[in-house]
Amino acid sequence: MDAQISVRDIVKVYPNGVVANKKVSLDIQEKTIHAIVGENGAGKTTLTKILFGLELPQEGEIFVKGKKVHFRSPIDAIKMGIGMVHQHFMLAENLTVFENLILGIEPTKFKIFLDKKTAKEKILKYIEKYKIDIPLEKKIKELPIGVKQRVEIFKALLRDVDILILDEPTAVLTPQEAEVLFESLRELKNQGETIIFISHKLKEIKAIADVITIMRDGRVISTNSNEELTQHDIARLMVGREVSFERVEEPKEIGKVVLTVKNLTYTNSERIKVLKNINFEVREGEIVGIAGVEGNGQTELVELITGLKTPTEGEIRLFDENISGKSVREIRTRGLVHIPEDRMKNGVAEKAKLKENLISDRYYKPPFSNKGALNYNYIDSEANRLVKDFNIITQSIENPVSSLSGGNIQKVIVTRELSSNPKVIIASQPARGIDVGSEELVHNFIKEARDKKCAVLLVSADLDEILKLSTRVLVIYNGEIVKSFNEVSTLRAEDLGPYMLGVKRGD
Amino acid sequence: MEKFVLKYFNLIRTIIAILIGFAVSVLILVIVSTSSIESIKYLFLGPFMSVSRIGNIVELATPIIFCGIAIAIPFQASQFNVGAEGTFFISAAFGTAFALIIQKLNLPGFIYIVLVLTFATLFGGFWGFIPGYLKARFKANMVVLTLMLNYAAYFLSIYLINYHFRDKSAGFLTSYRLPENIFLKQFVPNTRIHIGFLIAIASVFIAYYFLYHTTLGYEIRMVGFNFHFAKYSGIDVFKVIVLSSVIGGLFAGLGGMAEVMGIHRRFLWQSLPGYGWDGVVVAIIGKNNPILIMFASLFLAYLRIGGRVLNLLSDVPFEMVGVIESIIILLITAEAFLENVKYRITVKEAEKEVFKNGSLS
Repeated sequence: MDAQISVRDIVKVYPNGVVANKKVSLDIQEKTIHAIVGENGAGKTTLTKILFGLELPQEGEIFVKGKKVHFRSPIDAIKMGIGMVHQHFMLAENLTVFENLILGIEPTKFKIFLDKKTAKEKILKYIEKYKIDIPLEKKIKELPIGVKQRVEIFKALLRDVDILILDEPTAVLTPQEAEVLFESLRELKNQGETIIFISHKLKEIKAIADVITIMRDGRVISTNSNEELTQHDIARLMVGREVSFERVEEPKEIGKVVLTVKNLTYTNSERIKVLKNINFEVREGEIVGIAGVEGNGQTELVELITGLKTPTEGEIRLFDENISGKSVREIRTRGLVHIPEDRMKNGVAEKAKLKENLISDRYYKPPFSNKGALNYNYIDSEANRLVKDFNIITQSIENPVSSLSGGNIQKVIVTRELSSNPKVIIASQPARGIDVGSEELVHNFIKEARDKKCAVLLVSADLDEILKLSTRVLVIYNGEIVKSFNEVSTLRAEDLGPYMLGVKRGD
Repeated sequence: MEKFVLKYFNLIRTIIAILIGFAVSVLILVIVSTSSIESIKYLFLGPFMSVSRIGNIVELATPIIFCGIAIAIPFQASQFNVGAEGTFFISAAFGTAFALIIQKLNLPGFIYIVLVLTFATLFGGFWGFIPGYLKARFKANMVVLTLMLNYAAYFLSIYLINYHFRDKSAGFLTSYRLPENIFLKQFVPNTRIHIGFLIAIASVFIAYYFLYHTTLGYEIRMVGFNFHFAKYSGIDVFKVIVLSSVIGGLFAGLGGMAEVMGIHRRFLWQSLPGYGWDGVVVAIIGKNNPILIMFASLFLAYLRIGGRVLNLLSDVPFEMVGVIESIIILLITAEAFLENVKYRITVKEAEKEVFKNGSLS
């Protein structure tokens, strides 16, 4: 067999009955960058977990370099030369890069003493070979995300793997950092590595892949070389229908100021100033996008506006009333809703019924309840109506939310938040980790709300999303708004990158 | 068939667990007893062999039902409040004291009963308020808090009864006897099944309605499912933590006083009776659902009575009875028990669904 990896008829069923892989067959050739693309829930992550020995398939065969294998753990996979870089890094934050790199493969003298010299020599040799730039003596926690990822990749290379699996590696990177990553991936390919690249971002797949395999609903739909497919083709094959990536049309009418953030400062419990003197306004009928690399204060900003945290200094005004320090319910009753960034943590109670999740912001109001008694007749009919109107795919409103797919869970949240006739929407990463089809729906709902004169604050690290929806864009870096753009239709992701990285500042 | 198994998996698992538990018990009895056939009969059929023994099951189940509900309500809010033991005890003690104090008023029986039960119930609520408030306000650890409060409740009660309401004419440490018109009637001949059991059944349905059909019950369950979600939705988490403890306490308090008024007619405990811990067991078996808790309590009481009969009439040592009881409960509560069987059926069903007619659809 010629292929580096051959997968034949893989079937994987999870204990909850989800069939993630339905007879998947695939060949991956040596020294190629092979992209596996598909929506969330298409089965691509499951397939890679099987290839790396993290999950056992029920059926099917795997051949690596012509040899049939049965991986029981990642150790077996590494022995066969397969390495994996996870979406969430597996690094010890308090150790140095050097210490992280040799963890588990420490060369020793007399089997007891750490042989730092030999270790360092080996590392330097590999750095030379792969032309990867990493600061060996720095602690992991001091490094930017892009560099952490490089450490993760290098850690795999040091274990002499020649097949590297990258699970959505660009999800946490800015466009500039992604470009650096792609450079090193191309270099790795020239050095003889085979790279399996998991993603659902179309642009970067086109930019980096040699071969593209598209998965949908647990099956392989097609495998083609990059040249044979356009971005549009990939999207169509992934979703199974035509999708639009066009920027939404400009709002017809922008009204009065609804939300004002004035000199907002927040110092967290570790006494770090996470937000410094933030000022902005959001008007009726416009979408203000806040772009930034995650962890630059966006989470706190949203929590302050929605009442989950209290500001250290400054004011948040909603319809000319200072709402800072008010409870979540007081703020919600004034017409502000919140699509949270972490949907499983804040957005739903996954073991509760779907209908119970749909009423969490209104159960106490009549006719949902009367004098403290829930009115299930009304709740059921309302829940059924919402499921239909917002196209939530479920068998019953009685099922727990955990039985839904990620995209549908996000639809549950968006449905609840947007169905209460909101005046202000705070949407944080509203399309994170959901499939292209659901993403399009969610974006449409937000746009429709805007057209009904809703004021929308969109916080996102996904620049495509920011550029598609926003009327105006603000860039946040290190707790400050460093730049604002009033004209978005001509803006490109590359223009935002330097501000997001703190390289440039506006006036 | 597979579909049926999946749908009723939990029920089937419980039944199989009970059967295996019984099988293990039989095995143990065969080993330790010289007349094993007799012993097996005593253990399993003994509780049903006379009206008075059936009565014993119901009598024993009554306080366990109250405590099960008292545990389940804070558990539903994910508050691991194990204070039912102490709350049950101290409410009974203070309720007894209250009943003895207002005895002089010569109230009509019904009003007297209602007044004393209400007092004990509210006292239970007050005792439940203490850990609830400390947890909500100071983020104190609920398990530690309630364990410590159980000691406080115990010693406070013993002090109250032994120093202030002790019946010196009795040959043992106990309170004065309650006046006759406050007794909860024992209404089944040849048993001590009393009105308290009917109150327990009513409590089951009240608690069920409360948890699943009121806004506060909804809030309690949402906080229990996901505290962050509740907060994000605008639910007052502080209030829910405090009230779930208070409401649990109400049921424990009511149960404690009903037990005194229905069975003993005086406060005669000198050590904690352990109903609060049985309450934890039945709350876990019944998945914090009051109706399932009622059945679990009756089942636990049946096992206990079987053990008592066995202990009384056979040569099996008392300690083995405890071992058998715990094996059966252990099997029922083991969540992962038979999980792989479920997984295999799930896989088979899912594959059938996906690869209909043997081809890829």
